[in-house]
Amino acid sequence: MAEVIWGLATSHVPSIGAAMDNRKTGDEYWKPLFDGYAPAREWMAEHTPDVAIVVYNDHANAVDLDLVPTFGIGTAESYQVADEGWGRRPVPVVRGAPELSEHLVRELVDEGFDLATFHRLDVDHGLTVPLSVYCPEPGEAWPCRVIPLLVNVIQYPQPTAARCFALGQALGRAIRSFPGAEKVAVFGTGGMSHQLAGARAGLINSEFDRMYLTAIETEPAKLAALGREEYIRLAGTEGIELIMWLVMRGALSENIRRVHETYHVPASNTAAGLALFEELGA
Amino acid sequence: MGQARDDYVLDLTASRRGYALNRMCLSLKDAANRERFNADEAAYCDAYGLSPEQKKAVLERDWTAMLDLGASIFYTYKLAMMDRKSMQYLGGVFTGMTAEEFAAALRSGGRKFG
Repeated sequence: MAEVIWGLATSHVPSIGAAMDNRKTGDEYWKPLFDGYAPAREWMAEHTPDVAIVVYNDHANAVDLDLVPTFGIGTAESYQVADEGWGRRPVPVVRGAPELSEHLVRELVDEGFDLATFHRLDVDHGLTVPLSVYCPEPGEAWPCRVIPLLVNVIQYPQPTAARCFALGQALGRAIRSFPGAEKVAVFGTGGMSHQLAGARAGLINSEFDRMYLTAIETEPAKLAALGREEYIRLAGTEGIELIMWLVMRGALSENIRRVHETYHVPASNTAAGLALFEELGA
Repeated sequence: MGQARDDYVLDLTASRRGYALNRMCLSLKDAANRERFNADEAAYCDAYGLSPEQKKAVLERDWTAMLDLGASIFYTYKLAMMDRKSMQYLGGVFTGMTAEEFAAALRSGGRKFG
């Protein structure tokens, strides 16, 4: 049976990817952020999954406002890196895991999560930046296959935090029932204080972010009980992306160990957080 | 809920209002479209059915007016990138600061509310 071996919560700010692509990670502005990633990267490099399930949101690249699925999943053999308006990131094509995707679709639909399926999906920074956080120098290919799992966090009403947590729990069960020997990592991406537009632009609520970084390990149900308006008020309109961390957390069991965490302000207009958890056995 | 707040939430009303504008901005993800836009911005706006107000906001790069007319920041950011304007520049526009002042506010821990 497949197993979940670790879960990573990480921001997916595009400029974090640009800093890596443009070799600016040692600059004064970026060095503290990337120094904070180092211990997590070392640990993950020693615990390579066969498949990464990356829970993320598209940012107007593969999904437009004609059709906004609340939840979606990639089912393809591979995914091209999106041109987001300034050319494609110079990172490898993302290889899929279609057999596991198919299993997850069936199991999750049976559990009442009616996912949209994507046979063609250009993956944007929401997915590629977390992969770069995990593996900064992939060379010709990423070290694992990837299944994109999309959540609508852009158009209101977004799914509730509770629904995301429940999806994660169902995802964990579905992974563990796959009749293969795959080791799977689950990424919950985006999030932390994040207000891009309007008079509140630049909002940083470090107190809430730090509470979230702690509670995601020990009290996820408390975070799942927060309403979407509370997320928007406390973390910013785009800070609601934090609900995607709960999908990751739900896929892990109660029996986890925090490997590393880091928190940094600013990454462009936002806070950036990372928390890595080892699964000790469901 | 957008009414009671000082920021912008892309609910279905805003999505309907901003449909043509967001669709036009989305099209800029394709390099050929970016060339067409650069060649004749006004004609490009017309081809996507922007309202006169939306077209004016785009041509004048009135970023706040675009939001008021239903734009999503993730969409208009593609337009900003064509002008080589950063998200921090936009943050400054929305808050009455220069890009440098806005970046400095973030570097000192960000802006606080309530």
